[in-house]
Amino acid sequence: MKSTKNRTRLFLAMAAAVAMVGLTGTAASAAEPIRIGEINSYTTLADFTQPYKKGWEMAIEEINAAGGVIGRPLEVISRDDGGKPENAVKAAEELTTKENVDLLAGTYFSHIGVAVTNYSKQRKKLFVATEPMSDDITWAQGNDYTFRLRPNTYIQSAILAEEAAKLPAKRWAIVAPNYKFGQDAVAAFKKVMKEKRPDVEFVEEQWPALFKIDPGATVQALMQAKPDGIYSALFSRDLTAFVREAELRGLLTDDLTVVGLLTGEPEYLDPMGAEAPKNWIVTGYPWYAVTEPAHKKFIADYQAKYSDTPRMGSLIGYISIYAIKAMIEKAGSVDQDKLIAAMKDLTFDSVVGPITFRGIDHQSTLGAWVGRTAVVDGKPMMVDWRYAQGAQYFPTDEEIRQMRGAK
Amino acid sequence: MSFYFAQFLTGLASASSLFLVASGLSIIFGVTRVVNFAHGSFYMLGAFIAYSLVTSLPPGPFWFWGGVILAALTVGVVGVIMEILVLRRIYQAPELFQLVATFGVVLLLKDVALWTWGPEDKLGPRAPGFDGAIDIFGSRVPEYDLVVIVVGFVVLAGLWLLFSRTRWGALVRAATEDREMLGALGINQALLFTGVFFLGSVLAGLGGAMQLPRASVSHHMDLAIIATVFVVVVVGGMGSIVGAFLASVIISELNAFGILIFPQITLVLMFLVMAVVLVIRPWGILGRPEDETAGEEYEHQSLSWLPSRAARLAMAGVVGVLLLLPFVVQEFYLVLMTEVFILALFAASLHFIMGNGGMISFGHAAYFGLGAYGGATLLLYGDTPMLLAIALAPFVAALGAAVFGWFCVRLSGVYMAMLSLAFAQIVWSIVFQSSGITGGEDGLVGVWPAEWASERQVFYYLTLAVTLGGILALWRMLFSPFGYSLRAGRDSPRRVEAIGIGFRTHKWLAFVIAGTFAGLAGGLYGFAKGIVTPTTLDIPRSIDALMMVLLGGVQTLVGPLVGAFAFVVLEDRLLAFQYWRAIFGLIIIGICIAMPEGIVGSTRSFLTRRGLVSSGR
Repeated sequence: MKSTKNRTRLFLAMAAAVAMVGLTGTAASAAEPIRIGEINSYTTLADFTQPYKKGWEMAIEEINAAGGVIGRPLEVISRDDGGKPENAVKAAEELTTKENVDLLAGTYFSHIGVAVTNYSKQRKKLFVATEPMSDDITWAQGNDYTFRLRPNTYIQSAILAEEAAKLPAKRWAIVAPNYKFGQDAVAAFKKVMKEKRPDVEFVEEQWPALFKIDPGATVQALMQAKPDGIYSALFSRDLTAFVREAELRGLLTDDLTVVGLLTGEPEYLDPMGAEAPKNWIVTGYPWYAVTEPAHKKFIADYQAKYSDTPRMGSLIGYISIYAIKAMIEKAGSVDQDKLIAAMKDLTFDSVVGPITFRGIDHQSTLGAWVGRTAVVDGKPMMVDWRYAQGAQYFPTDEEIRQMRGAK
Repeated sequence: MSFYFAQFLTGLASASSLFLVASGLSIIFGVTRVVNFAHGSFYMLGAFIAYSLVTSLPPGPFWFWGGVILAALTVGVVGVIMEILVLRRIYQAPELFQLVATFGVVLLLKDVALWTWGPEDKLGPRAPGFDGAIDIFGSRVPEYDLVVIVVGFVVLAGLWLLFSRTRWGALVRAATEDREMLGALGINQALLFTGVFFLGSVLAGLGGAMQLPRASVSHHMDLAIIATVFVVVVVGGMGSIVGAFLASVIISELNAFGILIFPQITLVLMFLVMAVVLVIRPWGILGRPEDETAGEEYEHQSLSWLPSRAARLAMAGVVGVLLLLPFVVQEFYLVLMTEVFILALFAASLHFIMGNGGMISFGHAAYFGLGAYGGATLLLYGDTPMLLAIALAPFVAALGAAVFGWFCVRLSGVYMAMLSLAFAQIVWSIVFQSSGITGGEDGLVGVWPAEWASERQVFYYLTLAVTLGGILALWRMLFSPFGYSLRAGRDSPRRVEAIGIGFRTHKWLAFVIAGTFAGLAGGLYGFAKGIVTPTTLDIPRSIDALMMVLLGGVQTLVGPLVGAFAFVVLEDRLLAFQYWRAIFGLIIIGICIAMPEGIVGSTRSFLTRRGLVSSGR
């Protein structure tokens, strides 16, 4: 009988717990801020989305301290999608119908970005995709309501292909995660390479499943093909494991050219420490070496505020809020149609220089930093870098119209 | 030639580290019959703890290996704590409770790791003394790979000696054979189980700690390895150490050489091997057929068709409220309730085989996903109108359920559960890696309802109508002669066969029916979200369904529906918290331990005890 009683008590306690969770509602604010509904994978990919969050939080504080936009403060209502596109769509529904946000923003993973892009089209809700890189967001799945800040996979791959084409390497091998991002990255790289260097050949392709790379076997397979150059779209833990095995097994000789998409971003480069690969041609973010005063100020402010170094995500988060601010200022209101009209061909001054949201495909002209990796004083860095303007690397308008038309 | 030998050694090193983890799970399963989902979390913990120890202890080989071993032992203690606090209370419960409870531990440990080590990946040092590579027939092979291979063989030999040459090993083997007899002979079973859990967890921790020099430590290690480990354990034969070793070698070598020929379908390959092995040898390479009478007998309550007038009235009242809801609440709650309806049908379809056929499926998401992909494919590639696509979606799922079910119903208990999981993973990996048709991880986008149903209210009513119809149809079948035979077979398979009912055929039909209705739910789900992605058929989705059934109560008719409601509301409320997974995990564990009858069952018992309702059903 005692156990029954205990069980009853436990049952009551559990019921109370459930009820309490149920009652914790969201408190509505009294002011009249402009509401940005933000969705991101904060718990699933915290190492990349947390710096991004710090970036946008800093921008919001700055803007509100300076009196807001069109006389109203900005407010971000942020939701975690738990890494699932279905949850992101649900969050978008909630933000739209319950929180009455004026626009949607955010997302990191490509598939979640694509899901919310599609949602924005169906529900006719403005969506500023900030971090996802999938080409589809502004091209194949592009729609009137979605704009994107970060340079897409194609642009970054094209920038790298341009650099790679200058080098003598002729026999290329590919290693990329086997999902949309990797496939897009490889297709773009191959396309631009073939245009610039019809003599190159691709001799080997390795497609490990995302975050499931078997590094030893993959490295062996690449070595077997004896390439002069390798194009890698690996990132995060796949990249780290790959680099370790490649070093050990002697794949990374001085004669081998390696081109690494995103490898120079502090998010991916810093964790490797002194073991980071040397002399790879990469896109990334050399924040430690920027010289423009506005950009330097952002970096100094960020470091002062968070006692942490900025990452690529920090910059993207920061700029995206300023892009939204510029859009609202140009529109003069938060009316959907006016915002969309304002965003088309909007040019605004960011800390990295002027950026335009192209009218033809809603893609921003934010570019990428391209350079070589090195280890300086035990710290991985990008050296010999330059900032490549995104605008120069787009496919022709005709190609883009075709892609956007082919829905 | 040298290349192939180097590739073989690489595969052997992977096999060795896989075996460390898999052998632990296999030992635990062999003795306790617990399918421990948290085993992957132990592996992750081992890596994190080893990272902390190795980076804070002085450098040098002594402290490096000391740190690795200490990490493994710490994980062993964590395993013991879980065994004592959670599992010991539910050994007598059906497998389902143990699985779901250990999944609660997975969620809990995920957040514990996040809280302790922060979100970033950690890169540990290379192993001192083994940080180079040596030439073997002209190929460079990392020294550490050879160390891993040696450790794998040492552990294999050690386990073999332990089980064949020591008294403790003999007791463990006896427990694998007949737990009750062992207890009757005066052996302290509780202590034995705890010891087994310690050993198994140490092996998982060792496997994780040994990864330190090879790859960065991340929060995704737990679920990344668990599916592979399940494959190894099932292919090798559950409970067999040598089997686990053989399976590890087969899977790893297949991958090492497979990527040379089929670099793009590495995932499919692994699950394909599993399916082939299970079809030929359902109990794995070295597994032994289970004794059909060995399964625990649970006391099943009989279901009854809407028990009383009051209950019927209440039911009608609920439907009435649901019909009026769109006039009362914000649109978002309609979105939420639409999801509740769909998941309720999904849970009810699982309950159909679980509660009535006694069949546990760990892979029910496969049919949900097949329905979702079926509907989406018809819409996007075949220009099928929405209603027709929703109507045809269940047939796609039914086809899958018919094929997979044919094999699944030949097994019972946890073997059947694992086979169903294997099939679900095959479907998942095929969908995931054939991006040309399915869109891969991006999935299929633009699966929106037709123009007339695009308003949230309209889709709400449509979903309500379809799911209500589905649930009523399932209930009707439960109280047809078919349903009664199914329950009779569940309680006493031999008697049912003896009176001339083909129980296996009944189980198979029930499996197909359950798959069909899961497919119907999946078809609706695609249109509710506008997208269909591989997460509609992954392992967590299958677990979601199990949790909903369990949350509501396995032994009740409306349990799955209440469970779906509670699940969606909980998830919606909890996502606002940073450590929501830990809270969710604790709730799940709490339910498994404290209210195994679920919300509906517990409420009923509670009211009955208070005399508020009569105990007669």
